[in-house]
Amino acid sequence: MSLRRLIHASAFAAATLCASLPAAAETVRFGFLELDRNPAYDDKRTFFRTLSQPLGSPVVGAEVALRESRFVGQALKVDFALERAKGADTAALIAEASRLQAGGVRYFLVDAPAAVVAELAKATRGSEMVLFNVSAADDALRQAQCQPHLFHTLPNHAMQTDAMAQYLVSRKWRSVLLLEGPLADDKLISAAFENSAKRLGIKIVDKRQFVLSNDPRQREQGNVALLTAGKDYDAIFVADSDGEFARTVPYRAVLPRPVVGAEGLVAEAWHWAWERHGAPQLTSRMVKQGDRHPSSRDWAAWVAVKAVVESVVRTNNAPFAQQVAYLAGEEITIDGFKGNKLGFRPWDRQLRQPLLIATHNAVVERAPIQGFLHQTNNMDTLGFDQRDSQCKP
Amino acid sequence: MNDKRPAATVKRIVGVLSAVMLFSLPMSGAVAKDTGYIFVSSENDNAVTVLDGKSHAVVKTIATGERPRDMKLNAARDKLYVIASNSERVDIIDIAKLAVERSVDVGEDPEMFDISKDGSRFYVSNEEDAKVSVIDIAGNKVLAEIEVGEEPEGVMISPDGKKLYVTSEVANMVHVIDTATNEVKANIVVGNRPRRFAATPDGSEVWVTNELGGSVTILDGVKDEIKGTVSFAPKGFRADDVTPVGITMTRDGKTAYVTLGRANHFAVVDVASRTVKDYVLVGQRAWGATLNRDESLLFVVNGLSDDVSIVDTRTNKVIKSVPVGRVPHTAVIDD
Repeated sequence: MSLRRLIHASAFAAATLCASLPAAAETVRFGFLELDRNPAYDDKRTFFRTLSQPLGSPVVGAEVALRESRFVGQALKVDFALERAKGADTAALIAEASRLQAGGVRYFLVDAPAAVVAELAKATRGSEMVLFNVSAADDALRQAQCQPHLFHTLPNHAMQTDAMAQYLVSRKWRSVLLLEGPLADDKLISAAFENSAKRLGIKIVDKRQFVLSNDPRQREQGNVALLTAGKDYDAIFVADSDGEFARTVPYRAVLPRPVVGAEGLVAEAWHWAWERHGAPQLTSRMVKQGDRHPSSRDWAAWVAVKAVVESVVRTNNAPFAQQVAYLAGEEITIDGFKGNKLGFRPWDRQLRQPLLIATHNAVVERAPIQGFLHQTNNMDTLGFDQRDSQCKP
Repeated sequence: MNDKRPAATVKRIVGVLSAVMLFSLPMSGAVAKDTGYIFVSSENDNAVTVLDGKSHAVVKTIATGERPRDMKLNAARDKLYVIASNSERVDIIDIAKLAVERSVDVGEDPEMFDISKDGSRFYVSNEEDAKVSVIDIAGNKVLAEIEVGEEPEGVMISPDGKKLYVTSEVANMVHVIDTATNEVKANIVVGNRPRRFAATPDGSEVWVTNELGGSVTILDGVKDEIKGTVSFAPKGFRADDVTPVGITMTRDGKTAYVTLGRANHFAVVDVASRTVKDYVLVGQRAWGATLNRDESLLFVVNGLSDDVSIVDTRTNKVIKSVPVGRVPHTAVIDD
């Protein structure tokens, strides 16, 4: 029998099997790509439970989503499986991605810094796969660096700062002192906040550079009292991607003003204290799985798997191209346990979602905040709307 | 604040309350049929509020276990069963005494339940454990546990008692379980975040609300497959804000009432033609929907405005909104 006839025959057999009842179980496999060592998840860092920082590896979220999918998988005769693959650097992760892809894996969760995600996505462009960025919030990944097969489930900086700006405006806290750190990522966050402030009419009364230092020669930049003196403002926004400095700002300012951004009050994809929309049950499953509270990256990894499962279920495990079309389409309804039906923005593959405005142990608001309206979908008041998009995949 | 009140004041209040209760309660003894009372469970008050059927004044607040949610009357209508989710039990309220008589343990995080046709068993969804527990009410023991998809919610016994329908909010499925064997005989993928059920009197149609899908899926009660869908589009609301949860049907199976959650409306649906006849504005996050016995009134429970809307079903007009406890869940009418 020629190869073509063999393929034809087996396709026919498969079709017959599908039509009759018990089809052989197929497996939809996920790859979880991560660095050998990611300093973000060091015990010494997570110990401080910095509000804007992860509390551990987001693989926990993916594992919970996989468990949730068992039942619907059984009914569809589809198994879902997760394979972790580690690498020392970008090149190693690219190699792991192609190895898994050759072995049949089509969906990848990428847990790595933005530079790695950008390179990985560039290198795998054109390959039959979908990448989910679950831990890099950088705006550039959604703009100039966007790729057709790169989806984002974690909200980007612009979404976070828009959500926070909406909250500040809703409280009529319209003048803000901006503290900016020395790291490149700090500058990205402060630039995003400056954009949001301009868009929503918040006045930045001053922008000051902080450093993490006890050096008396640098005290103007290291001492929170000195950094916050000399002007009046309604709130202090700390642009601190690392979070260690931000931790020391609340209660140390000259004026009794709330601290937002990296500490005090943050805009996040998930918070364990969220009580509505079935959230406590999800949080409880995450706690059982990971033995710690979940945070945004856990949710992002969880929802990436959920989105694929939804697409596999609704397309009845159709060929990959159809699954991806459904995944990226307007019809999909992804349940993120945040009250809204979620889906990916067609212009940059960013997951539309509400953000939770949260303190250490309470969610005080859910953005988009009531009154911030959009002509088609209010969630598009957060981050890059179609007209803001520079993504040309 | 309350726990710091001096003991003497508390005693005085208790004294006054019991005096009031003595006068307002029926004195005749154990039998209290058709009291006219409206019972409303309040998730955040750990209590069931009892309202007078005519004046709608609060008759009593009955302390229950933690987080009371779904409620049902027994067949004799002398007991009210209340799920206390965080206490993992069903409290049995004696309607004549308006007090919890005893409790039945029903497993972790129960939310909704139904009762077997012979009145002997509870079927309870255990949200955290992804299972349905079958409970012997008299013996207070677990007869069986049935594994289902994550976060089971709505539970309904078919009119003939042979099937148990359960929704899984996370798997987006309805499980059809044979009540004779406690085995899952069909899994039907429905809309997103399926919540609760209603059935036509002959059981030929089973309606299930899809909270995130913004629709009702109609299942064929015989073939266990999807038969149709009803979508909702109240004026002035985006699809995103239409979140159907509660549902009830008239006894003749002609009209269904579906509460639309965030859209703050309920829909009146003609069952035969599957068309929406009316949308009626009620309170915030309308969930629970209950008809009184002659079906002249519909009670809609508004979880985020802490009140109950009472609707005249002939005119589909809200005749009154009655404040109840914090985060009300379900209303039961004993008229």
